[in-house]
Amino acid sequence: MVLEADERQRLKQKAKEIRRVIVEVTYTCGGTHIGGALSQTDVMVALYYKYLKLDPQNPEWEDRDRFLLSKGHGGVGHAAVLADVGFFPRAELDDFNKTGSPFGMHLDRLKVKGVDASTGSLGHGLGIANGMAYGARFLGKSWRTYVLLGDGELNGGPTWEAAMAAGHFKLANLTAIVDRNHLCIDGATEDIMALEPLPGKWESFGWNTIEIDGHDFDQICDAIEAAQQETARPTVIIASTIKGKGVDFMENQASWHYGGLDEAMQEQALAALEKE
Amino acid sequence: MAKGLTWTVADADHMTQAEIYGEVLTQLGAQNEKIIALTADLAGSTKIGRFQKDFPDRFVNLGVAEMNMMGMASGLASVGFIPVVSTFAVFASLRCAEFVRTDICYQNRNVKIIATHSGTSFGQAGTTHHCTEDLAVMRSFAGMKVIAPADSYETANALAAAIEAEGPVYMRIGRSFEPPLHKSADFDFEIGKAIQIHEGTDITVIACGRTVLSALEAAEIAQQQGLSVRVLDMHTIKPIDTDAVLQAVGDTRRIITVEDHNVIGGLGSAVAEVIAASGKGCVLRKLGLQDQFSIVGYPEDLLHRYGIDGDGIAEAIQQVMKTDFEADEDWEDEV
Repeated sequence: MVLEADERQRLKQKAKEIRRVIVEVTYTCGGTHIGGALSQTDVMVALYYKYLKLDPQNPEWEDRDRFLLSKGHGGVGHAAVLADVGFFPRAELDDFNKTGSPFGMHLDRLKVKGVDASTGSLGHGLGIANGMAYGARFLGKSWRTYVLLGDGELNGGPTWEAAMAAGHFKLANLTAIVDRNHLCIDGATEDIMALEPLPGKWESFGWNTIEIDGHDFDQICDAIEAAQQETARPTVIIASTIKGKGVDFMENQASWHYGGLDEAMQEQALAALEKE
Repeated sequence: MAKGLTWTVADADHMTQAEIYGEVLTQLGAQNEKIIALTADLAGSTKIGRFQKDFPDRFVNLGVAEMNMMGMASGLASVGFIPVVSTFAVFASLRCAEFVRTDICYQNRNVKIIATHSGTSFGQAGTTHHCTEDLAVMRSFAGMKVIAPADSYETANALAAAIEAEGPVYMRIGRSFEPPLHKSADFDFEIGKAIQIHEGTDITVIACGRTVLSALEAAEIAQQQGLSVRVLDMHTIKPIDTDAVLQAVGDTRRIITVEDHNVIGGLGSAVAEVIAASGKGCVLRKLGLQDQFSIVGYPEDLLHRYGIDGDGIAEAIQQVMKTDFEADEDWEDEV
């Protein structure tokens, strides 16, 4: 337990607010990858409200920490956080998915402030993060690189190319977090293409591997701080989560990988979040 | 010679295009500490390993993992480096296509991809190691500049220009020794500006890469047959030198394009697009691989087989000169 009770409460409250924005934007924009956006939210909140060194007034600040959402389909959740921490007004998300809007389902770094890499195609984030972390170490910079991976994307080869390289180069300033919600688009990850034993895979690639409950802020913060203290290896935090977390009718449903909400469903979803 | 460079490439008569690339990159690396070199277990083959000797800390070998290499290059560029990435053309452009597109071009990262063993230049290795599609693929990525220098001297100047240019650049070079086209590196090289190698008024041959020398040989053969052939070294496939193409259309009305590449999507297509958009009539013959896979063979044999050596181009010149088209010399009514 690393958190004081009021801080734990602050983070929980913030996560609830972010999930509410995810639901609202999903309603107004017609459809998003809401299931994974909800599963990743607690990890995102811990990073953005407790750890990442950022300056929303100066998004390109050279010495900021880097964050990459390799599971780029969680963009609606990332945008909700970026708005809330002050990179742009929440009202801009009213145009989410609209023609000509800077905000699509997968965020574009050239159009959305606070985004360090344009992601969406899976398997790209860890490689780019490697370059950032390698560069930071080369330049003697103390900022860190964090990358949030989906579990489904771990089926693909490029992530493992990157994992092998990060282990080889001992990029201790790099932290990967796997949003292990156990579901990909077509069903359970273990049915579609099994990932387990997942911790052993990362270990064998030279990573400091930590398994946590990805909805428990004490465990999330504990793991991030352990990663910050690790000096010899990159760290991966395998965060076990629930797809659709907080909205009862979406939880653990692969069909909510992507979806839209009508007004009644929005109300139902917001009510469910209140009960959390 | 490119501005500010003090090196000479006097050895171009004895060194391969890739060896010169390695030398020049190393010299540029001494001037610019932002340059960082990346390869995927091909330090020796691509000659980028030369850079490692002088700057071991600015050299990264990723092993046989090219996609991660392109991603890392994007990340390194994002923190201010100028990553120069080398692997074989087939891996750089085809295996890594989506990584180049999404991690580098879409995000506008300042990465330079120097792809060796392009076209059929790695002849005996066979089709898996040839690359006759890279110009087509790379040309279709928004924001990408695409260069195919004709010889070692031009490679030197093109590399300097590529480092100088802001944004992503793809440059393809060959594998083996090629006789130089230029006599020295002391000429103006500008990305997007064709170099006229031979003046002529009957027909224009537009070539890139090692086939520019073939085109020059063909022009000399044709000259003995009484034909005046213009040869353009179209080293930049994108952005294509529209003015030079239109000048050729206006002056000669007959154009042959030559490339060590499939005739679909590369130099020939780029020239065809310019001609078609101009609304002016012109006979066009595209030489290269005619939508087929290359075979195993010595590189010079393959040039001959695909009709992109001097003799092959000279023959095509004769054929195109015999092509009949409406003889109206008045351009005004065709605009």
